[in-house]
Amino acid sequence: MSYVNPPTVPRKSATFDDYTLSEIRRAATTGIYDIRGAGAKRKVPHFDDLLFLGASMSRYPLEGYRERCDTDVVLGSRFAKKPLHLKIPITIAGMSFGSLSANAKEALGRGASAAGTSTTTGDGGMSSEEREQSKILVYQYLPSRYGMNPEDLLKADAIEVVIGQGAKPGGGGMLLGQKITDRVAAMRTLPKGIDQRSASRHPDWTGPDDLEIKILELREITDWQKPIFVKIGGARPYYDVALAVKAGADVVVVDGMQGGTAATQEVFIEHVGMPTLACINPAVRALQDLGMHRKVQLIVSGGIRNGADVAKALALGADAVSIGTAALVALGENDPIHEAEYAALNTTSEAYDDWHEGKDPAGITTQDPELMARLDPVLAGRRLSNFLKVLTLEAQTIARACGHNHVHNLEPEDLCALTVEAAAMARVPLAGTSWIPGAK
Amino acid sequence: MSVFDLAVTDLRSVNSALHDLINSPGKEAQWEIKNPRGSHAVAVGINAPIQLNIRGNVGYYCAGMNRQARITVHGSAGPGVAENMMSGEVIVRGDASQYAGATGKGGLLVIEGNASSRCGISMKGIDIIVRGNIGHMSAFMAQAGHLVVCGDAGDALGDSIYEAKIFVRGTVKSLGADCIEKPMRQEHIDLLARLLERAGIADVKPTEFKRYGSARKLYNFNVDHADAYG
Repeated sequence: MSYVNPPTVPRKSATFDDYTLSEIRRAATTGIYDIRGAGAKRKVPHFDDLLFLGASMSRYPLEGYRERCDTDVVLGSRFAKKPLHLKIPITIAGMSFGSLSANAKEALGRGASAAGTSTTTGDGGMSSEEREQSKILVYQYLPSRYGMNPEDLLKADAIEVVIGQGAKPGGGGMLLGQKITDRVAAMRTLPKGIDQRSASRHPDWTGPDDLEIKILELREITDWQKPIFVKIGGARPYYDVALAVKAGADVVVVDGMQGGTAATQEVFIEHVGMPTLACINPAVRALQDLGMHRKVQLIVSGGIRNGADVAKALALGADAVSIGTAALVALGENDPIHEAEYAALNTTSEAYDDWHEGKDPAGITTQDPELMARLDPVLAGRRLSNFLKVLTLEAQTIARACGHNHVHNLEPEDLCALTVEAAAMARVPLAGTSWIPGAK
Repeated sequence: MSVFDLAVTDLRSVNSALHDLINSPGKEAQWEIKNPRGSHAVAVGINAPIQLNIRGNVGYYCAGMNRQARITVHGSAGPGVAENMMSGEVIVRGDASQYAGATGKGGLLVIEGNASSRCGISMKGIDIIVRGNIGHMSAFMAQAGHLVVCGDAGDALGDSIYEAKIFVRGTVKSLGADCIEKPMRQEHIDLLARLLERAGIADVKPTEFKRYGSARKLYNFNVDHADAYG
């Protein structure tokens, strides 16, 4: 008797999935690690794993369209003579001229200024377009010190000492030769067309005791006028925030692993650092333990996409949030209208992340004059201000529903978690329980 | 001449008065700071063509981001002296600690004693002249400018150097990644002669120096050079 062995459905490996296999082939072909832009793409516990409880018998809500819910925030009130007064608790994260086009930097300035908030320079100095269009500009002080000079330092409204960023805690900047044009090269004092790999540590200080002296120097140079921010990647937020406070920071910025970068190794982006959700509570506890919560302001960034994310970060104790990737998308990055061109680059819209190659069809992450010209800075600025206003309206909607007349009155008690992981990381109870895993 | 005594006047008042000079062109050109006693951030952010004498040892970042001023430290300097200097001149009569002239964009830094490690790190156009020896990792990622060493240099000189030029009269313990010895042509001897003259050094000859700079092999990533990154 014979029988036919029925064929089984081809089964792909969960371990060796399509992406993994393609990466092995790519590495074997090129001999170099994959470099890309943006932040971690893997799924990690995030703000979606939290919910607001809203008002009920024990709390009553504010009228959605009639009662005030304020959104202003003051940053830098600890030591600076001129702290920043922002209308909304949403700032634009540091992104360099060089990684972004001049038009994109101008658009960020226009959009942020219209919404009453700040932009931030990046690892490439202060571009005239950004200074002219940004009413409030934070000047980053980075290990490379590209373009760093006292004239621009005095023009800035605040200074952000960058220790690290969420996409690559412990990593330096990277800008490959395709984007080092004459103007970018001149601002960075580098030969045109080289691969620029900037340092991961500051050249003239090491550790928190030195940082305290460096901050003193920056304050003395700027006559104690400017707020000093310290930005850290989400690695050891409790200790890093405490040390930043000890070093004299006015504001601490904590950037989780979903925070973007212009260009870094894929392995770095996906495997180093902690999710934003896991960074906030340790950072807030550090401030509380030092008696400095709300005295030293906390800005959280990394994967902020909508007003609910803003509200959740504030409820967990942040004073403000910062957006980068979402701001670029608002300008037009990865827009499906360019799908044919994304396809020609062997990718698709909403997945394009080869920002280091300088071929961005949207004209944002490029220095190519023809591509740059595609981005109208006035129109793109308007899109960003619209987006910032929507984020604010959404956060206000939630705050009113929770009974708060200022978004800063949101608190952990307004939240519950959908997963055990999120409950443990954010230190809010699992929904329907009073259980906070790990809480003593 | 205006004299500040840091034993009785606080640092903020001193730096503030020096910053105000930009608004007072023509104000007296001679200034002196007494009793710095290792204070940090002394005379930082000046933007005026004055002569400032600091009588004693200073801590971190003395003369940081200097513009135009001629500053002489009559003592030794802590880490980061003249960091990010834009123009002007800083002279250290004694020794300098780590990171001397770090990221400097312009001007002249003269160290009459020795300089510690990472001298000229990430320099971007400054000229640094050291009468004595320098420590390890000096001119790391140096982008532009000149580092002249009349004595010896420590380990890993010029690691990952870009377009800065290094001249060493004595021995070099080791060269860093992508840093090589280059021939001393007449143009380099002439350049070095001018640099030594600016530093007031007359007892050594430019021909006694060797020149070091970038092999430019790491400017664009090539997997076959990956070992050079260590």
